[in-house]
Amino acid sequence: MSERRFTEDHEWIDLDGEIGTVGITDFAQEQLGEVVFVEVPDVGKTVAKGDETAVVESVKAASELYAPVTGEVVEANAALADTPDLVNSDPEGAAWFYKIKISDKAEFDALMDADAYKAHAEA
Amino acid sequence: MTEPTLLKTPLHGLHVELGAKMVPFAGYDMPVQYPAGVKAEHLHTRAKAGLFDVSHMGQVKLTGADAARDLERLVPGDLDGLAIGQMRYSMFTNDKGGILDDLMVCRIEDGLMVVVNAACKDADIAHMRAHLSSEITVLEDRALIALQGPGAEAALSALAPAAATLSFMTGAEMDVDGAACFVTRSGYTGEDGYEISVPADQADALARKLLAQNDVEAIGLGARDSLRLEAGLCLYGHDIDETTTPVEAALTWSIGKRRREEGGFPGAEIILDQIKSGAPRKRVGILPDGRAPAREGTEIQAPDGTSIGTITSGGFGPSLEAPLAMGYVTTEHAAAGSAVNVVVRGKALPAKTAKMPFVPNGYKR
Repeated sequence: MSERRFTEDHEWIDLDGEIGTVGITDFAQEQLGEVVFVEVPDVGKTVAKGDETAVVESVKAASELYAPVTGEVVEANAALADTPDLVNSDPEGAAWFYKIKISDKAEFDALMDADAYKAHAEA
Repeated sequence: MTEPTLLKTPLHGLHVELGAKMVPFAGYDMPVQYPAGVKAEHLHTRAKAGLFDVSHMGQVKLTGADAARDLERLVPGDLDGLAIGQMRYSMFTNDKGGILDDLMVCRIEDGLMVVVNAACKDADIAHMRAHLSSEITVLEDRALIALQGPGAEAALSALAPAAATLSFMTGAEMDVDGAACFVTRSGYTGEDGYEISVPADQADALARKLLAQNDVEAIGLGARDSLRLEAGLCLYGHDIDETTTPVEAALTWSIGKRRREEGGFPGAEIILDQIKSGAPRKRVGILPDGRAPAREGTEIQAPDGTSIGTITSGGFGPSLEAPLAMGYVTTEHAAAGSAVNVVVRGKALPAKTAKMPFVPNGYKR
């Protein structure tokens, strides 16, 4: 059973054991508009919380994804290179960006839960 | 500090009613997109017809028997060669040959109708008042509606049959569903279409009538930008500005033979010398090989890593289904098909210079 948390930058992370799956929220894709390009990190890359780890570009602008937690990238979603519009159609499901083996669960626990994120997005 | 109050066009209420996302643009509260979204709006305009509110732009009438010759003192275009009803694209230049703004000029019986950019209009009007002897009237009580796309002719002709008789880059006064309008067959999308200058108090009704026609949808500034980029058209303040000359900007075509011979416009010495001897850099189209868009400010390098220029507009072309850009490169790299790199997020990505427009024009000549 995985648990979902959110960042202020409109990313979500599901934690299952020590592996977190990261993507952007439905609110974020709505704001971005049609996504035309996604760049995911290389597997094996070590990232610190707050590092730029992925890029999503819409018809309007480029946006960076920041690592919600510190860890090592263990898998990246190759499907997004050819079908970036998945980010619009299924942002909180099939359009996950990468999986990260987290170093410190306390970083995850400190992120917002669904209710707190909802309040943040609506603010 | 209070936020400066944004101006509203006569179509503001309509935009809000249609569910537009409004953003500040050149001091106006403007629709950047409607619920359909930028991509759908872009594709709709190319396939059918899009209605754009461009009322923020400056509409100015120059009255006087010599208005064409008069305005030629500030622009390099051949305006005196225009027949009544004919229009031309030109630019205000400065003494260094740089561009102060670009503009559309249409000759009318008693002078000229001029359309300038919203962000530059106050400066342009002051510039004209300072240097010209013609009577200058700012048409503040008129909205400007662009109707663009292959379906534009059918949609406008239903309300104004005379619109069908205009050819590309001509204009005329005409009655459009009871409103006294000035209509030109021109635009900023690369498609056939019109710009309709309409009295402000009749603009909302006219826009609604046009939107009620088959195939006409409201289109925001987001799609306006991607459409003009695919058409290879310059955006002032980005692709052209006070530091770029018309020759560098690949706009030499807009400077007529007589003006090249006679000069007589600001910066003529520099511009005419560049026409003769070449300019050090040139605006070109850029097509990245991959999927990553190269946006404004991106460095352009030669394959050996030497910096050769900068992207001035870039993004993703919904019709091209690929990233595209324009920018300036040193002249030796300007030939279409030259291999270059664009440095996106620190990575040099392969790209090629390309001819513009990126998609074929739909003009009715």
